[in-house]
Amino acid sequence: MNLKSYKEVIIKPLVDENPITLQILGICSALAVTNNLSVTLVMCVAVISVISFSNLFISLIRNYIPSSIRIIVQMTIIASLVIVVDELLKAYDYETSKKLSVFVGLIITNCIVMGRAEAFAMKEKPLLSFLDGLGNGLGYSLILIGVATIRELFGAGTLFGYEILPLVSNGGWYMGNNLLLLPPSSFIIIGLFIWFIRSIRPNQIEVDDFKLSDHSTSPNLSKRELNV
Amino acid sequence: MFEHYLNIFITTVFIENIALSLFLGMCTFIAISKKIDAAFGLGIAVIVVCLITVPLNNLIYNYILREDALIWLGIEGTNLEFVELISYIGVIAASVQILEMFLDKYVPALYNALGQFLPLITVNCAILGASLFMVEKDLLFVESIVYGFGAGFGWAFAIVVLAGIREKLKYSDIPEGLKGLGMTFIIVGLMSFGFMSFGGISL
Repeated sequence: MNLKSYKEVIIKPLVDENPITLQILGICSALAVTNNLSVTLVMCVAVISVISFSNLFISLIRNYIPSSIRIIVQMTIIASLVIVVDELLKAYDYETSKKLSVFVGLIITNCIVMGRAEAFAMKEKPLLSFLDGLGNGLGYSLILIGVATIRELFGAGTLFGYEILPLVSNGGWYMGNNLLLLPPSSFIIIGLFIWFIRSIRPNQIEVDDFKLSDHSTSPNLSKRELNV
Repeated sequence: MFEHYLNIFITTVFIENIALSLFLGMCTFIAISKKIDAAFGLGIAVIVVCLITVPLNNLIYNYILREDALIWLGIEGTNLEFVELISYIGVIAASVQILEMFLDKYVPALYNALGQFLPLITVNCAILGASLFMVEKDLLFVESIVYGFGAGFGWAFAIVVLAGIREKLKYSDIPEGLKGLGMTFIIVGLMSFGFMSFGGISL
């Protein structure tokens, strides 16, 4: 393993193989926790640490896991790591932990963690798996932070709770877009992100199952309509 | 009494729809909603697994994990809530595995229809989420059966509706970069805006 492939596993998941916009992994938590940048950052740190360490540990014991029970083994490792993160969060940042409520627990079923364990850590060496986890965690964080920045800045006019765009209600000029504070708006923002990424990287565009023909009406259509 | 259970059911299906209001199980929700058949099969599997695991986890929480729960064994002052997550996911993984073996042996027709979806369900956050919300709401055993069924039903309902929309969408002219995933995200966003209108209803 040379230096280049180490670099590759970190860089690739950022845009080219982003877990959210291309692999369709880990979307659930991307939506519920993004209305506030500081909460989002905590969530990102939690996900990055869980995914890197679960990749590391699963890769360390990959040759001893029987394939028939591998899902339960992976689940146990991931769940233990999530419990550690959850307890740490409750001990040192109780306020944020309350805001994240069940979503910290749901990191267990965050499909990025499971998906990377299955697709990468079961096959590759520990260090490389750790870096792959780190890369995918960062790719996930990139989208989450992007969505959270847009939602908090244009929704509430603040970033990290500090006022950037002074709101009309506080004597400023900016009218907050309340729609962005509602959770469903993050779907639409992610949809637009995907559009943006795919315009830069056209190879990610999905192929149609079938195409409409150039002649949008069949030549016999008028005849058939007459018969009716 | 019946009214109370009906209320729980309606609330979980419409007002707190697990997919469109709480955003759980989104990965499979978006990945497996291309065709109505597949969406329907997955929906049924989620209903069955929710119906089994939520009441089971309710029993585990109330009789083993919660504070002073082991009093029926004569042990006082216990609090095992920190192993909550790992025991729920254990129950879910085990019951999915058992269900798979049971269907394979006794109902092969249903197994062939659901087979490929069952392993996916272990990592579906809708299932674990339903159990966690059940604990947060502090439901009784019978209520948790209704809640489990309602949660699964709401998710299945939402994925079938989305699959229907996506099947129709094949004929429309969408900008290149939005095709497939991008458009699906926007549709789900609009659908959940629609479901927010149920939010004002109080039962």
